[in-house]
Amino acid sequence: MNFDAIIDSLPLYVSGTWVTLQLLLLSCGIGLAMALPLAMLRSLPMVWLSWPIWLFTYVMRGTPMLVQLFLLYYGLAQFEVVRASPFWPWLSSPWFCAVTAFALNTCAYTTEILHGAMKAVPAGEIEAAKALGMSRWVMLRRIVLPSAFRRALPAYGNEVVLMLHGTALASVVTLLDLTGAARQMNSNYYLPYEAFVTAAVFYAAITAVLVALFRAAEARWLKPLLPRS
Amino acid sequence: MLHGYGASLLEGALLTLSVAFMSLAVAMVLGLAGAVAKLSRSRPLQWLAGAYTTLIRAVPDLVMMLLVFYGGQMLINQIGEKLGWEFIDVNPYVAGVLTIGFIFGAYLTEVLRGAFMAVPRGQREAALAYGMNPRQVMVRVVGPQMLRHALPGLSNVWLVMIKSTAIVSVIGLSDMMSRAGQAAGATREPFLFYVAAAVIYLAFTSVSELGFKLLQKRFAIGVKQVSL
Repeated sequence: MNFDAIIDSLPLYVSGTWVTLQLLLLSCGIGLAMALPLAMLRSLPMVWLSWPIWLFTYVMRGTPMLVQLFLLYYGLAQFEVVRASPFWPWLSSPWFCAVTAFALNTCAYTTEILHGAMKAVPAGEIEAAKALGMSRWVMLRRIVLPSAFRRALPAYGNEVVLMLHGTALASVVTLLDLTGAARQMNSNYYLPYEAFVTAAVFYAAITAVLVALFRAAEARWLKPLLPRS
Repeated sequence: MLHGYGASLLEGALLTLSVAFMSLAVAMVLGLAGAVAKLSRSRPLQWLAGAYTTLIRAVPDLVMMLLVFYGGQMLINQIGEKLGWEFIDVNPYVAGVLTIGFIFGAYLTEVLRGAFMAVPRGQREAALAYGMNPRQVMVRVVGPQMLRHALPGLSNVWLVMIKSTAIVSVIGLSDMMSRAGQAAGATREPFLFYVAAAVIYLAFTSVSELGFKLLQKRFAIGVKQVSL
């Protein structure tokens, strides 16, 4: 292990960590914000509404995120209309494409997670809410969503960790995230072990923090729903 | 429609499938070993398997792959230098298969361990009481039931794995993704070729999902079904 080279490259890794965290927070935030209404619509008993949403999540979950990223970043440039449009400065930036691709991808998974959690709400609770005369919206807000959020926590925690790993793909479209930093260091010093092991340590640290956060959240919000051990 | 690149894309798709199947074989071996280690009474083995699964779940697959590809290259040549071999180029196929197998072996460890624990103890005990030896207990009684409990997890791991193979294009293997990239570069129609790649991936995952559903039905014969 050549520690001097690692110490020399630390600023690179720190800025890479910052980029990775930004990508993660933005894509998970946007993905969750879009997934919430989609999951609600997907849970309604109207097929013409839930079917297109199912199709969207099916396609997003059935194809690799790398393909989705390439479609946005390289694919859209094929069309003259896109290149002439006012959105082109955004669509030609790797940062924007990466965030969009990641957000859409995590949105699909999150929609399914939330939908599953909403289906898991016991039928009796919903019947009770209806019997009390709650409208659909009030029932969602007071009964279904609070307990669905709790039930979704473990699966959503997994999804966030997987998204952290997914953001490594940003380095393929030239972004200098944590993996990009490691590739840069490898090409500067030709020290593959040092470069990638350092990145792995950074990722492991971020993962540990995320897991701890979700554990704390589960202890706070999911525990009341679980049987006493 | 694909400007004559259809055949090349299909060749890439075959390579993608072969990477996926070879990785599954590696992952199965590692997963079984990991599950046996986790279920064993030996503390060091438990610790080792625990470290393996924790480490894999903490590091992105792309970083792992770059580490194995570039780092493995260096390691092999350092060993080779001492032993007087000639320069060896690490094959991206081998590096890709080993890395993906190594990563998903960790996930399979958890799947198989869970499946083993889901088989009621009484089944093993009854089989032993009949005088079966441990191998017979595994092959005749525990194994088939384990498979049923493992199927949902196995199907999940396989679907994620087949999509993960897309990253082998980053270390220079000419799988479907890099074929699509080449065709896109030559024809300047990237959208067309990445959509084609996406459709093929979707076909792979859809067929797999269907197959696993049928298998699950087959293995659930004789299991009491209840509905709400």
